[in-house]
Amino acid sequence: MAASPAPFSLSASTVPARLRAAVAPAAAARGRQRRGRMVVRAKIREIFMPALSSTMTEGKIVSWTATEGDRVSKGDAVVVVESDKADMDVETFYDGIVAAVLVPAGESAPVGAPIALLAESEEEVSLAVAKAQELAKVGQPQQAPPPSADVAGTPPPPPPRPAEAPVVVPAPVVAGTKGIATPQAKKLAKQHRVDLAKVTVTGPFGRITPADVEAAAGIQPKPKVAPAAAAPPPPVAAPSVGAVPQAAVLPPVPGAIVVPFTTMQAAVSKNMVESLAVPAFRVGYPILTNKLDELYEKVKSKGVTMTVLLAKAAAMALAQHPVVNSSCKDGKSFTYNSNINIAVAVAIDGGLITPVLQDADKLDIYLLSQNWKDLVKKARAKQLQPNEYSSGTFTLSNLGMFGVDRFDAILPPGQGAIMAVGASKPTVVTDKDGFFSVKSKMQVNVTADHRIVYGADLAAFLQTFAKVIEDPDSLTL
Amino acid sequence: MQSTAAVSVSASAIATGGARSGAARRPGGVRVCGLRGEALACSSLRISQAPARRAATKAAAAANGAVAGSGGFDYDLVIIGAGVGGHGAALHAVEEGLKTAIIEGDVVGGTCVNRGCVPSKALLAVSGRMRELQDEHHMKSLGLQVSSPGYDRQAVANHANNLASKIRSNLTNSMKALGVDILTGVGTIVGKQKVRYGKVGFPDKEITARNIIIATGSVPFVPKGIEIDGKTVFTSDHALKLESVPDWIAIVGSGYIGLEFSDVYTALGSEVTFVEALDQLMPGFDPEIAKLAQRVLINPRKIDYHMGVFASKITPAKDGKPVLIELIDAKTKEHKETLEVDAALIATGRAPFTKGLGLENINVVTQRGFVPVDERMRVMDADGSVVPNLYCIGDANGKLMLAHTASAQGISVVEQISGRDHILNHLSIPAACFTHPEISMVGLTEPQAREKAEKEGFEINVVKTSFKANTKALAENEGDGLAKLIYRPDTGEILGVHILGLHAADLIHEASNAIALGTRVQDIKFAVHAHPTLSEVLDELFKAAKLQPREGRDSKPKQPPQPLLKVLGFITSLLSSQ
Repeated sequence: MAASPAPFSLSASTVPARLRAAVAPAAAARGRQRRGRMVVRAKIREIFMPALSSTMTEGKIVSWTATEGDRVSKGDAVVVVESDKADMDVETFYDGIVAAVLVPAGESAPVGAPIALLAESEEEVSLAVAKAQELAKVGQPQQAPPPSADVAGTPPPPPPRPAEAPVVVPAPVVAGTKGIATPQAKKLAKQHRVDLAKVTVTGPFGRITPADVEAAAGIQPKPKVAPAAAAPPPPVAAPSVGAVPQAAVLPPVPGAIVVPFTTMQAAVSKNMVESLAVPAFRVGYPILTNKLDELYEKVKSKGVTMTVLLAKAAAMALAQHPVVNSSCKDGKSFTYNSNINIAVAVAIDGGLITPVLQDADKLDIYLLSQNWKDLVKKARAKQLQPNEYSSGTFTLSNLGMFGVDRFDAILPPGQGAIMAVGASKPTVVTDKDGFFSVKSKMQVNVTADHRIVYGADLAAFLQTFAKVIEDPDSLTL
Repeated sequence: MQSTAAVSVSASAIATGGARSGAARRPGGVRVCGLRGEALACSSLRISQAPARRAATKAAAAANGAVAGSGGFDYDLVIIGAGVGGHGAALHAVEEGLKTAIIEGDVVGGTCVNRGCVPSKALLAVSGRMRELQDEHHMKSLGLQVSSPGYDRQAVANHANNLASKIRSNLTNSMKALGVDILTGVGTIVGKQKVRYGKVGFPDKEITARNIIIATGSVPFVPKGIEIDGKTVFTSDHALKLESVPDWIAIVGSGYIGLEFSDVYTALGSEVTFVEALDQLMPGFDPEIAKLAQRVLINPRKIDYHMGVFASKITPAKDGKPVLIELIDAKTKEHKETLEVDAALIATGRAPFTKGLGLENINVVTQRGFVPVDERMRVMDADGSVVPNLYCIGDANGKLMLAHTASAQGISVVEQISGRDHILNHLSIPAACFTHPEISMVGLTEPQAREKAEKEGFEINVVKTSFKANTKALAENEGDGLAKLIYRPDTGEILGVHILGLHAADLIHEASNAIALGTRVQDIKFAVHAHPTLSEVLDELFKAAKLQPREGRDSKPKQPPQPLLKVLGFITSLLSSQ
């Protein structure tokens, strides 16, 4: 970063988003050196790709109205730039001589990238030309500025990149990918600066779909309703850049290894942070599971798992308490979901995913078990379709198998409640007549969005759920 | 109220005066409808004939089929092909009192009604609304709230199909009502003024006709190496049935047909990849319009494109594999890339449907399938001489493959048959592409006009206006669009008008009529347009067109005579007082 050409690439971030090309003093220091005491005047300025509209991320040079060697004065149109909306003449802010054109007509450059050098006087022209060559050379190593330098939180960080940045498609092939992306996927990848080679492919025929790119960019699948407008500012950066805020908090302990998030981990991180905006509360309930265990022993041989039994029980309870199955999308209304889709958290290598048992209230446990088996297989192979992991209306998380007796879950975005199930353990209980006995008991905690689900709702739901578990015959109907 | 009425009358008075004087300036030659000033003189003649002719028409309609055609022929006119061209010719022929028959081997209405313009408009009507409803930003800015619009593919397909059958029965009925004989079968010319028709291969019935019009139209052109299966690789014929909406469809060819289908498919949720052999998308459009069209109709949509490439081989989806499209460089013929998509629509133009017409019997050789004709649509034989009493109109002659051209050519032929010489000015024929927004044009493109100007030594001027400056367009929240006028600043002649914008296809006719009638910018600029309407876009153009100052011009008074104004004022006040 200390190398001399670096400073002007950083200066790009100060470009005012206006119709004029911003021109920043660049090699002032250098000029000073050469000229000894003549301190001032020796200036080579850069002409930047301006932001011509709020949605413009890169511009194409239609033509240069000024050519190298032309003397231009402030206010002269020097270049015609094609944005996503229109062709516009771009004026210079300063007088000078166009010393070097860095981006020729017909090529594109991201907003903020230098597209030409402007020398103040004849003498500086050669200097500017030399600098242009240097710039071209340094182009490559400069490509990925260390993200740690960026300030966390400033919304649009226009990452200064050399003109070559716009991806040329020949994608290095990832396992199973042929590098084929649909038109919209390509557009999104360009917009969000996602490297198509690093996208997890879910489309048919090993094809990269727009949803894949969005997932890679950390955009929630179907941000259809309210948040779309406000929440994600246009330049939702690629995962590597998205990881920046956390990295910037504290300097890492010497010797520590920084491993960037995978796409999935980035998505998890984003969802978890988002949940902080939801006023959640928790209600716990102890449930006796002797009868459920008996049932489980009976149906185990038919491929039914405890997960499916719990999901089915939850779905049956949800059917009676639709508010717990609803969600709050905009902070103003209830969205009652027409289906009861139980998402079940599954730990997979390097991450966490929530395959969804759709219509869990309607299908019987045998069908659900079959579906579940398929889903888990797909999840492990990372082949789940978006609707197979993002369509949940209620989530079930079970850590009982690890001996955990109770825990709280974090509410996933877009859902009203999540259930955390602990292990079922032999416990001494007293019945209503005061007799002691040892029964299997498990602790269930539900986290819910208090904007839509109130304490009494949740209590009533848990009561129903407990009834189903404690008298599980209805599960097999 | 008074003043409006007065002005509008004055404008028309001026327009007429101007045009007449224009006509008077030039010595009349052949009567060329659609070519400059002469038209007016002729039409005034016509008006005087009209009542007599209408009577004759009725008589003919009643007599047709009962009495044999004159001069020992079965018919005065036999038309092969009942598409829009044949239909237009037949209607006009009956009006002229000709005993007319039309031969159709397939369904009445031809390509346009059954597999072209008509059903595609039904699909585009759906796509336009769908696109609007899906555009949250657009809806919000109008203050509307719509939650998740959706569509039922089969219902959309039914709409297109129902429309086609409705228009088809309208066409059939209109011909029947007028007494046109509709003969079923495939027509073959067996000799001079002789046609045989019947089932394919068994033309068993023979009729004679004083005049014959070939109007057999065209079929989608499918280049070599492309295998059509009608399911995943298909032409517009299949696409219009909308049997599926693929996730990703490649459209080979970015002309009108390709562009319209891209509008339909993207609105219904597909992603589209264009394959274009030339180095420019939308070749044939005015470059400036094409550029804007790319910005409005392609870039913001789920569309990408490959230019300068041929689809050398297309294999339909089978055995669990997608549709494979092999692209080769248009110039070097080197293999460039293989696309894998869910479907491919072949929109590489249309080929004339002229096989089996028996042209060899009369020494006519087709050129790439097209029937060679002169400017009067008279068929030329192999030696370059005119075949008497035989005409060819529409796509089959390839002059300008548009439905309304065929019809106009048919009417022109009937005029000639009826003893009035007539040449159709093809430069006055408008064309439209019904995307959202629409594109329309008439006359020359800017490069064509510049070339012509250079060759003939005159200057041209171009004026443009944006839909953003139009009140109605802004009210509709549809400010995207451009209209440009290319004209001669020395004479005021309109050379071409190109529009991209809301309802452009409906707007073009003011310009095409002006070209057809020879109205000049200095005259039409005084015509009044209702406010606020989209038509003011053209008004703006005409008013912006500046002429080179020339001696002697503008000496006419621009005010209507005072007495006339007074009378009009009086009448208007009477009317408004009631």
